[in-house]
Amino acid sequence: MSTLVKDTHHDHDHKPTGLKRWFFSTNHKDIGTLYLIFALTMFFVGGAMAMIIRAELFQPGLQFVDPQFYNSMVTIHALVMIFGAVMPAGVGLANWMIPLMIGAPDMALPRMNNMSFWILPFAFALLLSTIFMQGGGPAGGWTMYPPLVLQTGDAFPFLIFAVHFLGISSIMGAINIIATVFNMRAPGMSLMQMPLFVWTWVITSFLLIASLPVLAGAVTMLLTDKYFGTSFFSAAGGGDPVLFQHIFWFFGHPEVYILALPAFGIVSSIIPTFSRKPLFGYASMVYATASIAILSFFVWAHHMFTVGLPIKGELFFMYATMLIAVPTGVKVFNWMATMWRGSMTFETPMLFAIAFVILFTIGGFSGLMLGITPVDFQYHDTYFVVAHFHYVLLTGAVFALMGAVYYWLPKWTGHMYDERLGKIHFWLSTIAANVLFFPQHFLGLAGMPRRIPDYNIQFADFNMISSIGGFAYGLTQLLFIYIVIKCALGGKKAKAVSWEGARGLEWTVPSPAPFHTFETPPKIRKEMLENG
Amino acid sequence: MKSIYQKFLALILFTPLTALADWGLNMTQGVTPISKEIYDMHMLTLWVVTVIGILVFGVMFWSIFHHRKSKGAKASKFSHSTTVEIIWTIVPTAIIIALAIPATKLLIKMDDTSEAKITIKATGIQWKWKYDYLDEDITLYSSLDAKSQEVAQRDSGQNPMEYENYLLDVDEPLVVPVNTKLRILTTAEDVIHAWWVPELGWKRDAIPGFINDNWAIIEEPGTYRGNCTEICGKGHGYMPIVVKAVSMEDYEAWIEDRKALKLAALESQNKTLTMDESMAEGEKVYKKQCLMCHQANGQGVPGAFPALAGSEIALKKENTLEHLYRIIYGKNLMPKFGDQLSDVEIATVTTYERNAWGNNTGDLIQPKEVAEARKNQTK
Repeated sequence: MSTLVKDTHHDHDHKPTGLKRWFFSTNHKDIGTLYLIFALTMFFVGGAMAMIIRAELFQPGLQFVDPQFYNSMVTIHALVMIFGAVMPAGVGLANWMIPLMIGAPDMALPRMNNMSFWILPFAFALLLSTIFMQGGGPAGGWTMYPPLVLQTGDAFPFLIFAVHFLGISSIMGAINIIATVFNMRAPGMSLMQMPLFVWTWVITSFLLIASLPVLAGAVTMLLTDKYFGTSFFSAAGGGDPVLFQHIFWFFGHPEVYILALPAFGIVSSIIPTFSRKPLFGYASMVYATASIAILSFFVWAHHMFTVGLPIKGELFFMYATMLIAVPTGVKVFNWMATMWRGSMTFETPMLFAIAFVILFTIGGFSGLMLGITPVDFQYHDTYFVVAHFHYVLLTGAVFALMGAVYYWLPKWTGHMYDERLGKIHFWLSTIAANVLFFPQHFLGLAGMPRRIPDYNIQFADFNMISSIGGFAYGLTQLLFIYIVIKCALGGKKAKAVSWEGARGLEWTVPSPAPFHTFETPPKIRKEMLENG
Repeated sequence: MKSIYQKFLALILFTPLTALADWGLNMTQGVTPISKEIYDMHMLTLWVVTVIGILVFGVMFWSIFHHRKSKGAKASKFSHSTTVEIIWTIVPTAIIIALAIPATKLLIKMDDTSEAKITIKATGIQWKWKYDYLDEDITLYSSLDAKSQEVAQRDSGQNPMEYENYLLDVDEPLVVPVNTKLRILTTAEDVIHAWWVPELGWKRDAIPGFINDNWAIIEEPGTYRGNCTEICGKGHGYMPIVVKAVSMEDYEAWIEDRKALKLAALESQNKTLTMDESMAEGEKVYKKQCLMCHQANGQGVPGAFPALAGSEIALKKENTLEHLYRIIYGKNLMPKFGDQLSDVEIATVTTYERNAWGNNTGDLIQPKEVAEARKNQTK
């Protein structure tokens, strides 16, 4: 307890005040908070675009927007949600929790940490400003396939530079996490004792460093194709439009796991806590995460089965894709075995974690179906795919992130959130998300292509149901903001160990966590660790 | 080549879901041997994951109900079991291999386009399909039907719910014979499109500079509808595909008709048009080809598609030839219509654009001028 007293003592000594505290911050907790607030803001910006999309699709015919604007909403919604909401939320959690979980005083590279955050608002200012430009925002889909993307108007260079900035920000964040975890663990904490959340973030960071420069290369080639007369992707100039897709998805598939792996880590922290039982198969969890990450570099062409790959290529990518089901299955079984013969309670974080396991697995099932090449020829680019990736990203990644916020909110604010409201938020979100996305499986199987602003009347019923689910989901998230603000302002005092079954170094510091923690490394005893 | 267990599963389990297919819940079985096998493969996988889901979630829910603190459950301490970990690695691997084997066989079968009787090249163009019957020297362009285009306008005041084939009809369907191996090549002129008719069992990207080949044997006569499935810009949702499968005799008769039409079109190039017939014909062509971008009132879309009403090019006499060039050869986002429209059509639509919406130039363009314009330009 001596460390605690010292931390509190330092608290009022070094904390800068006012705007300076946020703009020049090098404190991992403040930067984490900035990331989380930014992510939540972008979640609502991207969400507003989703509402426009669902409003237009509410019934057949064009009611609200013209097709070009619709396409730009589809495009920017994806970019905002991926790069603005889910990734920054993950980095925000990493900033807040990794130093606390490994007993480090801060991130290894605090000034770079500041920079990697403050790049984001500028990058999104560039991207979102395009909506108001001549010719509108980018409208070729977030995948930016040429030649279509080269038809973008004034928005084009803004799109490319925004992607460059986002990449730079993420790479800096990833380097920081790797440097922190490898150099700043408290003495006595071996790699195989780290919480799984830390492990998943180390692996995610390597994915980021390996894949984002590839994306940067691809979009730079687009830029030179458009303005400097190269023809990397123009068949007329001896180039190859499909080459872009190979490069893009070589980034794009690992990107999927960049969004998903931190969610795996979060759930691996929450489920043991509320089962009051250690995580089952810790080592196999680490190995499964690493295998998924490695395999993710060998499956990119399953996004491109219909471009006309040679059959040997299609078979290879089909087998590799199906293989991912094995380590993913191991993870799901491990979470179940953790719950098995535990002593479970179902506070909001646990509810989100369980919903994650079920709904992410449903997304995994449709993923397995999509991986089977001959059948993918029917599913590809239909609403079946839209349903699939929203199950893994919304009811998967976003649910896990929301669970994480509820789980660590007492540690961040020093107050317990309103449990009753949290549960209402959970149930409304879960029901709405399923009403929103489950019918999209049927739409896709019945033949509705994705990225269309209008459709035949045979798709009318399910689209209306889906839109109603969408509006309900959107409205429900306002409740989330209310709960978080209410908790930040007051509420029942949170104990240092905010949850009965919680283990891990973050629970050894008081709630709220003081501005500076672990200035002298903690003495590690096995029972303090999440995975001792 | 269905195995016994697949047949058995199909009989016992698939029946209720097959019935639901009418409600637009499930994938179509299609009308080709391949599409039926794809459907079976889809159902097999769907049932495998459903059964796994029921088992896994069943165990989980059992645990959630029984191992809860409120029921007095005490937490055990176990966190390893090499045996179960090996089992739940091996069993999924075995299931995946069991799925991969039929999938591989099917894929190999789909890849074999040899010995096709008829070859058709489908070319995606923003936003229509061009079909070349390579053995017959026949070309046809297939665009969204006029009724859908009208209803699809934002302030059309018409209810799409009253139009059954809304966004699914075209002016010129692709006509093919049944029970014949068709080789369908896909490519594109401008951006990437994708050609998909669910009843044929596959979709394939149409990529500029590339030619993909696919095949189908349609077993039942009928009309089968699909869409472009790769985002290709503003009109992506408005380029349907209609395949009309007819008997071999009807197909051959249709081919003869098309050839006769082609001759007639060639002859009409020599005739002299009057203003009234030019405006009437030109409006039809405009509605079909130009309206989507330049809009019904000729005002275009600011920032994206220029206005024709009151524009320099449509008003000034000295720009007449440039006006024709734009239509024949295209410019930037404006596609080239030279291959698609006859001299008469280009002449009438040009006349229309120079005299509609207050562009009262009085210019009357004749097919001969179009023929000249085609020769002059060497772009």
